[in-house]
Amino acid sequence: MDLRLPSKVLEHIFSFVDSNEDRNSVSLVCKSWFETERLTRKRVFVRNCYAVTPAAVARRFPGMRSLTLKGKPHFADYNLVPDGWGGYAWPWIEAMAEKSPSLEELRLKRMVVTDECLEKIAASFKDFKVLVLTSCEGFSTDGLAAIAVACRNLTELELRECIVEDLGGDWLSYFPETLTSLVSLDFSCLDSEVKLSDLERLVSRSPNLKSLKLNRAVSLHALGSLLCLAPQLVELGTGSFSDKLDQEAVSKLAQVFTELKELKSLSGLWDVLPEYIPLLYSVCPGLTSLNLSYATVQMPDLVELLSRCSNLQKLWVMDLIEDKGLEVVASSCKELRELRVFPSGADVDETNVALTEQGLVYVSEACPNLESVLYFCAQFTNAALVTIAKNRPNLKCFRLCVIEPFASDHETHQPLDEGFKAIVESCKDLQRLSVSGLLTDKAFEHIGRHGKKLKMLSIAFAGDSDLMLHHLLSGCESLNKLEIRDCPFGDTALLENAAKLETMRSLWMSSCGVSFGACKLLSEKMPKLNVEVIDEHSPETRPDSSPVEKIYIYRTVAGPRMDMPEFVWTKHKNPEIGVSHLAIE
Amino acid sequence: MITELEMGKAESELELGLGLSLGGGTAAKIGKPGGGGAWGERGRLLTAKDFPSVGSKRAADSASHAGASPPRSSQVVGWPPIGSHRMNSLAAKSAREEEEAGKKKVDDDEPKDVAKKVQVGFIKVNMDGVAIGRKVDLNAHSSYENLAQTLEDMFFRSKPGTIGLTGQFTKPLRLLDGSSEFVLTYEDKEGDWMLVGDVPWRMFTTSVKRLRVMKTSEANGLAARHQEPNERQRKQPV
Repeated sequence: MDLRLPSKVLEHIFSFVDSNEDRNSVSLVCKSWFETERLTRKRVFVRNCYAVTPAAVARRFPGMRSLTLKGKPHFADYNLVPDGWGGYAWPWIEAMAEKSPSLEELRLKRMVVTDECLEKIAASFKDFKVLVLTSCEGFSTDGLAAIAVACRNLTELELRECIVEDLGGDWLSYFPETLTSLVSLDFSCLDSEVKLSDLERLVSRSPNLKSLKLNRAVSLHALGSLLCLAPQLVELGTGSFSDKLDQEAVSKLAQVFTELKELKSLSGLWDVLPEYIPLLYSVCPGLTSLNLSYATVQMPDLVELLSRCSNLQKLWVMDLIEDKGLEVVASSCKELRELRVFPSGADVDETNVALTEQGLVYVSEACPNLESVLYFCAQFTNAALVTIAKNRPNLKCFRLCVIEPFASDHETHQPLDEGFKAIVESCKDLQRLSVSGLLTDKAFEHIGRHGKKLKMLSIAFAGDSDLMLHHLLSGCESLNKLEIRDCPFGDTALLENAAKLETMRSLWMSSCGVSFGACKLLSEKMPKLNVEVIDEHSPETRPDSSPVEKIYIYRTVAGPRMDMPEFVWTKHKNPEIGVSHLAIE
Repeated sequence: MITELEMGKAESELELGLGLSLGGGTAAKIGKPGGGGAWGERGRLLTAKDFPSVGSKRAADSASHAGASPPRSSQVVGWPPIGSHRMNSLAAKSAREEEEAGKKKVDDDEPKDVAKKVQVGFIKVNMDGVAIGRKVDLNAHSSYENLAQTLEDMFFRSKPGTIGLTGQFTKPLRLLDGSSEFVLTYEDKEGDWMLVGDVPWRMFTTSVKRLRVMKTSEANGLAARHQEPNERQRKQPV
């Protein structure tokens, strides 16, 4: 009996395999499974654009319809990666234009996208539907116009926290009258005002529009008329919420909000005046996601709002909420899964001191589904961490940022080692952790011993010696991404655990004590890694023992990259190559 | 093979003792990396030269001028870790607030009008050559000696339970007797910088606005002590 399944049968079976993790496993079983899987994969995720070449990806997955790419390391979000480092989208778009012209969806994160790229997309992919750019830069509103005018079947255009050269609001006018397929539009990161009449017409002819995120320049008045045209919205990002409206306009707006029966997600709310908060009351009970992180709302008004949000699952808010406000969240928002509390001041000095560790303790006690936390706070205690760990063993993501570097437990003046120990011991499924405050090597011993499911770890201003790194690299079995800044370790732990680096996606270290010599040694011993030294002053002019500024190490099958700027050194660096033509300025 | 790392003046090496090796079987030595005075005992203290000049948004301000405002902890690039969009929004917001308030940008260390933003009892401490300022709770201290000990611990702390990393590396600060490289100074409510220790403790706590651990060489011209620092005996046993 021939046990091989015909490929048509295999194909059918694989069509039910959605997750790429499963598909990757499937592809390893045998050659025929590999072949069938690759021919049927529609959604491709490349989490490090330098880990593999565009050509290889296009070749392997000829049926690709959706491509997701990530470029720069995460710490680029905090200005730690110099401009010009890399992450160019162009080679990918060029390759896909040639080999995968049926591409419909492109999602890019932390990449350099030029107008040329956007024009190429518009010209090459006839059935292009989805463009989502997150934390990207390098393009202008002209590029957006190119997409708008050419992509006849566009369903999603989302610009999330991109840095865009804003040449005006005309780009929106380029959507043709024939475009009626829009489902999601997010231009919240742009500055310029778009023409309201164009926006209204676009919204009117988009019956499938579910998500609309406006920029700040869209006035409150304009919002009213837009919402009249799109009462079916599920996600809304308002513009500025601060015009002075007369009484009639206010009641009309209130009415319009009550018509938003499907609304689940609300964001924007820039400059919201306290007197307008009641306008939102009618949508509160239906909300599952609320982003108030740009809204300077004070605690009493926040409490009024949040006490009505009984179905809230995701809350992003500023520290203006204070402990009192979080106590209300704890009692009102029992479905809460994700909480992010951001600082309201850009400065350590401006941190709102009425937000302490107690706020997070309240929420951890009362919200059984809480699994993801990002919390900026002036200071913390071990006792609070222990309580949180005990309350919420189901935490998957815990990112605590004690804003004062090296801040010890403000009650006992001890390091926060014991607190984080409790977190990793109790939260057995913890996948992402960011630590802060005063931490000794012991903290990392605990993390290494207990953080078995930990995939991503972020560390700053912590530890005492190489032991900290050694504990992490030898202990955390699932470690995928490690990013460290300003910690006092040197070469030893890194070199001792070199083999571990091949099992990880990437390692970032900046302002630590790793020497140029160690980087060279690592490069030589580990050919499957790209070891990039990022240093303003060429490390080759200094002794091998001197520490380098930044190091980014990642596994790759693509070999050395050709687009390195002058300040990036790798062992393949050829001084004559310099910056290649791929790095379009 | 691993090259021996150059150490600073006082080498403190700790044998890992785990028999680790890279290829050749040599026991790994974990030590403090060398290179400049940036490496404090108690962990990594940034210095002005650690400010990355590539991509930094705010220029490093070295605290080499007596009386100049010490570097703010916010001048460290990428800290706190807030995305640049959010950072820009916060910066724009505070600029707008000040514009609306009609006053020009005030010194950041002045007590803010909004009471909730003032941390009662906590005052900032900056040390020459250290980028990140710290905060100390005056209410938790009863005397100058107390305070000096805390500051010494803060900037030069020896870690409990680790042998071989204390002592020889750094001399005690001795901030109050003028015998060390550093003196403790403070800015009072009038904006004058004075040497700490001249007035009774209680009076000091009510008039101090912030502290600075200053290099003795820079402390000339401050309100004089009854004894010149370099007349102090250095023969005192350490």
